Amino acid sequence: MATYEAEAGPIVVADPSERTSARLTRALAKVPLNLFLAFIALLWLMPTLGLFFTSLLSPSDYITNGWWRIFSKPSLATFENYSNVWNTTDIPTSLRITAEIAIGGTILPIMAAALAGYAFAWIDFPGRDILFVIVIALLVVPLQMALIPVFHLYNTLHLYDTIFGLILFHTAFGLPFAIFLLRNFFIGIPKDILESARIDGASEIRIFLRLILPLGLPAIASLAIFQFLWTWNDLLVALVMARNTTPITVDIFSQLRQFGSNIDIIAPASFMSMLIPLVVFFSFQRYFVQGLLAGSVK
Amino acid sequence: MEPPVAAAPPSGEPGLLRRNAVAIAFLAPAAILLGVMIIYPTVYTFIRSFFGKDAHEGFLPRGDFAGIDNYKSLFTTDILVTAIKNSAIWILVAPAAVTAFGLVFAVLTERIAWGVGFKAIVFMPMAISLFATGVIWHVMYIKDPNQGAVNAAIGAVKSWVSPAGALSTASPSTANLTGTPQRGYTLHKPIPAGGTALLGLTAIPPEDVPSGAKQAATPQPKPGAITGVVWRDFKPGGGVPGKVEPQELGLPGVKVSLIDAGGKSVQSASTGDDGSFTFDDVSGSGFNVRISKETFAAPFGGISWLGSRLITPAVIIAYIWVWAGFAMVVIGAGLAAISREVLEAARTDGATEWQVFRRVTVPMLAPVLSVVFITMLINVLKVFDIVISIAPGSTQSDAAVIAVQMWRQSFGGVNDFGLGSAIAVFLFLLVIPILLLNVRRFRREV
Repeated sequence: MATYEAEAGPIVVADPSERTSARLTRALAKVPLNLFLAFIALLWLMPTLGLFFTSLLSPSDYITNGWWRIFSKPSLATFENYSNVWNTTDIPTSLRITAEIAIGGTILPIMAAALAGYAFAWIDFPGRDILFVIVIALLVVPLQMALIPVFHLYNTLHLYDTIFGLILFHTAFGLPFAIFLLRNFFIGIPKDILESARIDGASEIRIFLRLILPLGLPAIASLAIFQFLWTWNDLLVALVMARNTTPITVDIFSQLRQFGSNIDIIAPASFMSMLIPLVVFFSFQRYFVQGLLAGSVK
Repeated sequence: MEPPVAAAPPSGEPGLLRRNAVAIAFLAPAAILLGVMIIYPTVYTFIRSFFGKDAHEGFLPRGDFAGIDNYKSLFTTDILVTAIKNSAIWILVAPAAVTAFGLVFAVLTERIAWGVGFKAIVFMPMAISLFATGVIWHVMYIKDPNQGAVNAAIGAVKSWVSPAGALSTASPSTANLTGTPQRGYTLHKPIPAGGTALLGLTAIPPEDVPSGAKQAATPQPKPGAITGVVWRDFKPGGGVPGKVEPQELGLPGVKVSLIDAGGKSVQSASTGDDGSFTFDDVSGSGFNVRISKETFAAPFGGISWLGSRLITPAVIIAYIWVWAGFAMVVIGAGLAAISREVLEAARTDGATEWQVFRRVTVPMLAPVLSVVFITMLINVLKVFDIVISIAPGSTQSDAAVIAVQMWRQSFGGVNDFGLGSAIAVFLFLLVIPILLLNVRRFRREV
């Protein structure tokens, strides 16, 4: 990713006296720009910090103080809300459910999509292009189109309000993008490698497991991060397909209906729900960006 | 991109079959899932949209056929029309704004040393769920400037430009002083240079008396000046109106102005802790003294971002906050691919930075910009979580967009699956042009 690496400036050899003054002028010229961007960065950080500081205020302090008062009076900060949420609400359970949905909803679509992506990229079969066009068409189908029938289907099949039902829904709606991304990546794998394996008599499944999967790892990694964040952060699907087996977003949403009176639960719970995605994001930022660039169509 | 080629040529009928069997095996899991969970439901929803609320659900809907009634109510029911209008605002504003922010950030970050850090900060909201973003901004938008950061910031700027007045309300203590808080109070007793002005006010609630108020001081005449006092002309157990007495407090921070015989304001001053003020360098006579209306300027009470009028712009701002980072990163990658030489050549030819940006950078980025714009367009149509988490219950209907109403009509209490299906189909029709565009792009690639 070119943009994420420091760019090496051109090496300029000039006489030292000119260089110092020119550099100084150039540095000074950039002061307003740096200040402006620092201001923007602050602006972008503030909302998240605001929620974090809000989560540190006790309910009585929250009513009389804006969160920014914590800067001038750090003694206002307390982790009591967090221990309350952890010990007295269902939030830990719903965090666990969220994790299960996100992990299942990441692994399943990647497995199915890797198989299909390989077929689309490297196995010749009649109607391949038409099938792939269907996949591309499915990329933009809004999931609202499936909510009502799948809701009835789940009721019939007893998948309503189950973790597996939610995983299945995320798997299906993650598939078109996953197939699209992986097919495009697999197709770039050099043909010679595959051909020599086939001449050596390797079966398709062996080629898939021993060659394609290892070589496709970068794409699979970006996809995994994407799909993980997407399922972890989902609200709509869980709102429709579950009642008691709910992820953390739905839990916070039901608290939200009485906003104001229970900010001491909502703020820390929201922050807890953000923690894992933020860790994933900062650890794998590079893959995340690659995934974005590979398929900004969804 | 190289077209894929089957490595080993199929050797006769059985080989071809076997090869297809392999393809089927590889495709089966995905095909079954897509068929059962997306393709069949899409067809079902389309058919369901022509049936009423009471139709039987089954493999296909039965009974209570409604024709196009659901589509009629989609365009005639008030809350649904509001949702369509809101979605139109979203479509017109959000994708363009996100792309513009992304472009500006991408171009500017290239010129600073800490571009990587800046990008990480602006990009971070992408990792947070739109739902949590809603919670974050709900807290930001609270109306009370003591709690909502947005209003606190606006209030801080506003009180710097035009500070809140020292008092919220007051009445004159004597008939000499006339007017209203909205226009100010004027002392209708002409005063010559060297004279004094007594401006007594009553009906000030005790908690309203500015902090730091001291015992009022009777003004001492001063040659070539007009002196005076503004004070709370009231003491427990009564007193003489119009006379400064012990236990009566001066009112600090009151804005007073000096009006000449022609009715023009010639000087202004602010009272001290004991309520006293002085206009120096005054000559002649026939002056009036006025307590100006700024004294009674109401403090900033906060803009109601979450109220029915501003809720949609407020949610769009939060949405831009999330997606600007996406646009910046994608456009930034496009920018890195532009040849530096072209830009340098333009600069060498004497083009200003603005000209380079407008005539070289933007046209060269056009393909990337359109990808970002279209991605955002699809995204905006489906926007849901952020709307229902920012808007409080009272303004949910004012903020609702198509996707929100689809959920509300189908699952949020109304349970009208016919109408819900019609809304979903409407949403689907809106993305069809984009779908065709994607397919065409692929066809050109092959």
